[in-house]
Amino acid sequence: MNSSVRTDVAAGKKEENMEETKEEILKVEGVSKTFRLGKKQQRIERTKEKYKRAVDDLSFTAYRGEIFGLLGPNGAGKTTTLRMLATLIKPDKGDALVDGISVVNQPDAVRARIGFLTSELKLEDFFTPNYLFDFFARLHNVDPAVANERKELLFKRFGIDNFAEVKIANLSTGMKQKTSIVISLVHDPDIIIFDEPTNGLDVLTARTVTDFLMELRDEGKSIILSTHIFSLVERLCDRVGIIIDGQLTHCDTLAAVCDGMTLEDRFFEIYKEKKGGEE
Amino acid sequence: MSRKNNVWTIVRKEYARFFGDRAMVFTAVLMPGLIIYCIYALMGNNMEKNYLPDETTPTVVFVNNMPTQMAPLFDSLPYQLVQCNFNPMDIIHDSLPDKHCSMVYLSFPSHFDSLVEHYDPQSGETAPNIQIYYNSASPNSQAAYETLASVLNAWETTLCNRFDINAGNDVHYDVADDDEMLGNLLGQLIPMLLLMLLFSGCMAVAPTSIAGEKERGTIATLLVTPMRRSELATGKILSLSTFALLSGLSSFLGIILSLPRMLHADEMDMPTLGYNVVDYAALLFIILSTVLVMVSAISLISAFAKSVKTATTMVTPLMVIIMFIGMLPMMAGETTDNLALYLLPFYNSVEAMSGIFSFETSLLHVFVTVVANLAYTTLAIFGLTKMFGSEKVMFGK
Repeated sequence: MNSSVRTDVAAGKKEENMEETKEEILKVEGVSKTFRLGKKQQRIERTKEKYKRAVDDLSFTAYRGEIFGLLGPNGAGKTTTLRMLATLIKPDKGDALVDGISVVNQPDAVRARIGFLTSELKLEDFFTPNYLFDFFARLHNVDPAVANERKELLFKRFGIDNFAEVKIANLSTGMKQKTSIVISLVHDPDIIIFDEPTNGLDVLTARTVTDFLMELRDEGKSIILSTHIFSLVERLCDRVGIIIDGQLTHCDTLAAVCDGMTLEDRFFEIYKEKKGGEE
Repeated sequence: MSRKNNVWTIVRKEYARFFGDRAMVFTAVLMPGLIIYCIYALMGNNMEKNYLPDETTPTVVFVNNMPTQMAPLFDSLPYQLVQCNFNPMDIIHDSLPDKHCSMVYLSFPSHFDSLVEHYDPQSGETAPNIQIYYNSASPNSQAAYETLASVLNAWETTLCNRFDINAGNDVHYDVADDDEMLGNLLGQLIPMLLLMLLFSGCMAVAPTSIAGEKERGTIATLLVTPMRRSELATGKILSLSTFALLSGLSSFLGIILSLPRMLHADEMDMPTLGYNVVDYAALLFIILSTVLVMVSAISLISAFAKSVKTATTMVTPLMVIIMFIGMLPMMAGETTDNLALYLLPFYNSVEAMSGIFSFETSLLHVFVTVVANLAYTTLAIFGLTKMFGSEKVMFGK
């Protein structure tokens, strides 16, 4: 065993001990989700199967004040998992507890505690960032004075202040994404669930977003994010879960999962193990 | 936040979306009324131009062989009588066929007086014949023909008058009230018209708001807020009902304002309708509750659709059903007293409105109609809530 591996193992053990003291903020317990495939989808996926198990008995835990990354290729089930956590869809089996609240039994209460962002959620082109922030603040029962203060802060942080009265339709892709992020955080949630938050963004905007996520972690927020970008995981995540074909193959600290390798190399190793050499 | 406040937040957002979009306000609210007004007014003008006599152009009646003692019959008529001392074929074949002509040719047989005096209806012989050549394509010629024929027929009646029926204009032999007669007519026509106008109003806004939000992906953004699905459903239906009502009102005003122009009411003896405050209030409640049911039904259908286009197609069968229901009072002739029928959506509104317009307002019918419509709306809100909560309906590919 070389010295660097020994260091990683030691770091892993230290983090293991820390996990015991950390507060569980999200506990996913054996969730599964199966979708019925239409004929068109069957053609696209070149299968005759009528059902596809998108998420298969997935379990993991995320702790308060950490960034937890779900890493996996396209179609692995990352977005489906996050959509279940955000209560947009219901698991066929299993449950997830967000701050102790069940996504199956108390979806309204879960939604009040999370900030969720995915490319599926669009903002109405007709309205301005200013209007939409106020609108979602009202739906989240945020006091108007607090909402105004928060709006000023977030708009300035993301450079939206100069575009506050421009209709969403006339904003650039990056500015739209930043507006979506800001609006998802309108109620200052403790748990933030972001699906591919830097997708389609230029490097500057992507950097703004990742820096902001680290700031939020430093403030004690818990962040769950899904991505297929290795560098993003390496830069941001404290712990990572690798998901392939709807199943969680590894879930640990970044150091423990990498096991002395780069994340990219380790991921492909895991991928090959899982797929058994099939492409 | 209270449930009521979330509903109000959705309503406010829908208002901001609708009223903030000038093109939408113009298309959904102003344009229907404006188009109806313009089309009906144009139709009226066209009818006036093409089918009503032009009083500025004098009509010439060319007369041949008219007995002198008959001349007073035509004195009061606004026509210029010209003795025809030339070949009448020149008029019949050359001038009269022109649709812009303003003339008729009135020809009596020679010795008309004598022929009439000696004619025995029992003889079986052909009666003396007065010929009136006219051009029905010319409003002036047509009108002159009708007037002359009417005057001559009246004169013919006086020749052998043995008895009259309902003589004298100062006695009202028809005991039916003028309002009642018009009310019966309106009771058959207006409910269908109103139903169609309200439906077009609902169609202009509901698919865009429900299927449109699904199509644009903005509904998912609302669904990840802590707001209850029922609050979203209620807010949507309430706000959409307002827009649909405005649209229906615009169409209604368009019709009301253009009807006199189309029917040339100023030239007709139109009775003034004697509806009272209770009638108007009952009508208002029925219209409001009907709009709620319509918006609810269209919203439910739209929630299934993946796009506005699909929603519009899916709603078409409902439109056909409503049109058919709207025509039922015309087929039935009178409103039904069967209280159970006032529980049927749309049919209840048509019957209740028909009763009001026919001056047979039954507050019980109105009450049952409104309560039934509110119950259907509540059910629809429940259904829409379920649909907003269904991932298959909201996110199904």
